Amino acid sequence: MTDSNDFSTGVSRRDLIKKGGALVAASALGSFPAPAVWAAEEKILRYLGTAVNQSDDITKRVKAETGITIQNIVATTDDVTKRVITQPNSFDILDTEYFSLKKLVPSGNILAMDAKKIKEFDNITPIFTKGQLPNGKVIGDQGTAPKKVMFVEGEHSSTFSKTPTQWVTLIPTVYNADTLGIRPDLIKRPIGSWAELLNPEFKGKAAILNIPSIGIMDAAMVVEATGKYKYPDKGNMTKQEIDMTMAVLTEAKKAGQFRAFWKDFNESVNLMAAGETVIQSMWSPAVTAVRSKGIPCVFQPLKEGYRSWASGFCMSKGTTSKQQEWVYEFVNWYLSGWAGAYLNRQGYYSAVLSTAKSNMEPYEWAYWMEGKKAEKDIHAPDGSLLEKAGATRDGGSYDDRMGNVACWNAVMDENDYMVRKWNEFIAA
Amino acid sequence: MSSRNLDRFGVPGWLQALPFGLVFAAFFIVPLILVVIVSFWDYNDYQMMPAFITRSYTESFEGCLTRLPDLCTLFKTYLSTAKFCLIVWALTLVIGFTVAYFLAFHIRTQTTQMVLFLVCTIPFWTSNVIRMVSWIPLLGRNGLVNQMLIGGHVVERPVEWLLYSQFSVALAFVHLFSFFMVAPIFNSMMRIDRRLIEAAYDGGASGWQMLTNVIIPLSKPGIAIGSIFVVTIVMGDFITFGVMGGQQIASAGKAIEARLNALQFPPAAANAVILLGATMLIITVLNRIVDIRKEL
Repeated sequence: MTDSNDFSTGVSRRDLIKKGGALVAASALGSFPAPAVWAAEEKILRYLGTAVNQSDDITKRVKAETGITIQNIVATTDDVTKRVITQPNSFDILDTEYFSLKKLVPSGNILAMDAKKIKEFDNITPIFTKGQLPNGKVIGDQGTAPKKVMFVEGEHSSTFSKTPTQWVTLIPTVYNADTLGIRPDLIKRPIGSWAELLNPEFKGKAAILNIPSIGIMDAAMVVEATGKYKYPDKGNMTKQEIDMTMAVLTEAKKAGQFRAFWKDFNESVNLMAAGETVIQSMWSPAVTAVRSKGIPCVFQPLKEGYRSWASGFCMSKGTTSKQQEWVYEFVNWYLSGWAGAYLNRQGYYSAVLSTAKSNMEPYEWAYWMEGKKAEKDIHAPDGSLLEKAGATRDGGSYDDRMGNVACWNAVMDENDYMVRKWNEFIAA
Repeated sequence: MSSRNLDRFGVPGWLQALPFGLVFAAFFIVPLILVVIVSFWDYNDYQMMPAFITRSYTESFEGCLTRLPDLCTLFKTYLSTAKFCLIVWALTLVIGFTVAYFLAFHIRTQTTQMVLFLVCTIPFWTSNVIRMVSWIPLLGRNGLVNQMLIGGHVVERPVEWLLYSQFSVALAFVHLFSFFMVAPIFNSMMRIDRRLIEAAYDGGASGWQMLTNVIIPLSKPGIAIGSIFVVTIVMGDFITFGVMGGQQIASAGKAIEARLNALQFPPAAANAVILLGATMLIITVLNRIVDIRKEL
């Protein structure tokens, strides 16, 4: 997880140059006309994503099992979106979040995936297709819930379909329910509500994300938790609601509530580990990363619920039909279990639960997915010790966590206005 | 090859200037024109649409007249940026001038001068982001500085304003950019005819008089060039403001970054044009004070 900056692109480019050099040398010797080495196709996919699921281990495993070489292109969420819009030919397969789809699908730069070519499609958790848990419980759908943008009306349509169709915008890979991370050793009392994020008790020790669309939703969770206002849809506010929410944030900022706004994974880990913050919005593996330094950190379940997110795969419009075949092969491999188990062991959730389960030890499944006490020590995919036997996961089982999702990361209709207000908030 | 040689081969002046002119046009003039054009385009969530509208400008200047005497977002942002410009400029000028003065007038041999000058460049062997980020463990709530202050019983509880504050932003800027003052001022000082200083000395001038009447006036071009470097860098910066200010301090560059990240290219372009205008204004004023071209 931590060594996400693996640009294997560079390596293989070097390889190419080497091979190219050898070829030139061979033909220069004049012994043979240059053989058609290039035609012996190497299966290469340029994989653009945010590093959440772009790890060395996965890349190696894919290569071993399918022969596909994955060239990771890692960027921040914003930069991934920017790249899809401005340079659609610079990647083959895209791994992005569902909330970006409102921008990406109308641009026509990505291709819908054919559900019929995805072997495990019917086993994908119904959170994506119906907005409910496998046990049938309907979960919160404020914001850009995946079910709202999961399907388009036809292969080349850019209109989202309300009902399932054969054409899928993103084949889900990973998702999670986010909440506040806290330092129990420094707070020394129970935390149970989003309202605590702006509690003056933590003046100068709180942090939110520096991504405006997500930061404002965290603020909205606080507003609702304090009983000040109830939003019809926190993920799609009116201008008045944006003004009101920003006023709450501005007041807190002026009072010195925030230590910093963080933008990437490592920043959030450092803020928490260094004790700069004691309460902040956070991602699950970041909490794990703090804990693995021996520093107590809890991904605190809160009574108002979680803010959830999800990401998935699709293709660039620039792919050839050969490349598209490889993409389907890769995606099918991804859903076949090994990768799912790998993601589950990091504290994320995988899209097809059944295949992931068969790739995990029963005690691992019980700890990560069922919220039970760990029978044995729990290890991360890289082998490092995460939890000792007897520990339970923050927030409990899959059903408890995903079942309490209140809203999803979103792009609002009034996004333009919101960004202007965010700049105003920073200048305040 | 001297210009006389070129003349003999019949290479006219405009042809000699052409390569640089082309590079300048391709990588500066053309992109700049594009930015200006785009700033008048329309846009939505995922694309920009060729048009000629002033939406990006009117929205950027929103409330600047109606909200008076309160400042609008744009003015507040520029005020914050300008404030840092002034602080950083003043500090880098004093530090840069002092270092250059020491190098130029107190080091006797030219070899030592050059060695020490190169020593000044060593920090540039690492990226400026790394040099900036390395302050964080020092200045943090539980950082080295606070540990020392508490250990030495200077303070009882950690000093909070050391990091993610205006102080840390200014500190990082001064650390990063003082050298941009040192280099041109040192260069100017090395060109000062030493006989002028001797004459001043012989005429009975005090050290202070020599400094203010001889050295500072003759170092003006270096000061002006260094100032342009520092002012333009600070005006356009968003990384230092972001990382050292905990993303909570407004700057013109950061406002552009926020629009870019939201894929709102036309308003980002409009803000870039406004920033360019503001920076050029400052440089024009600087040029009024020192005519760089004449002095060189």
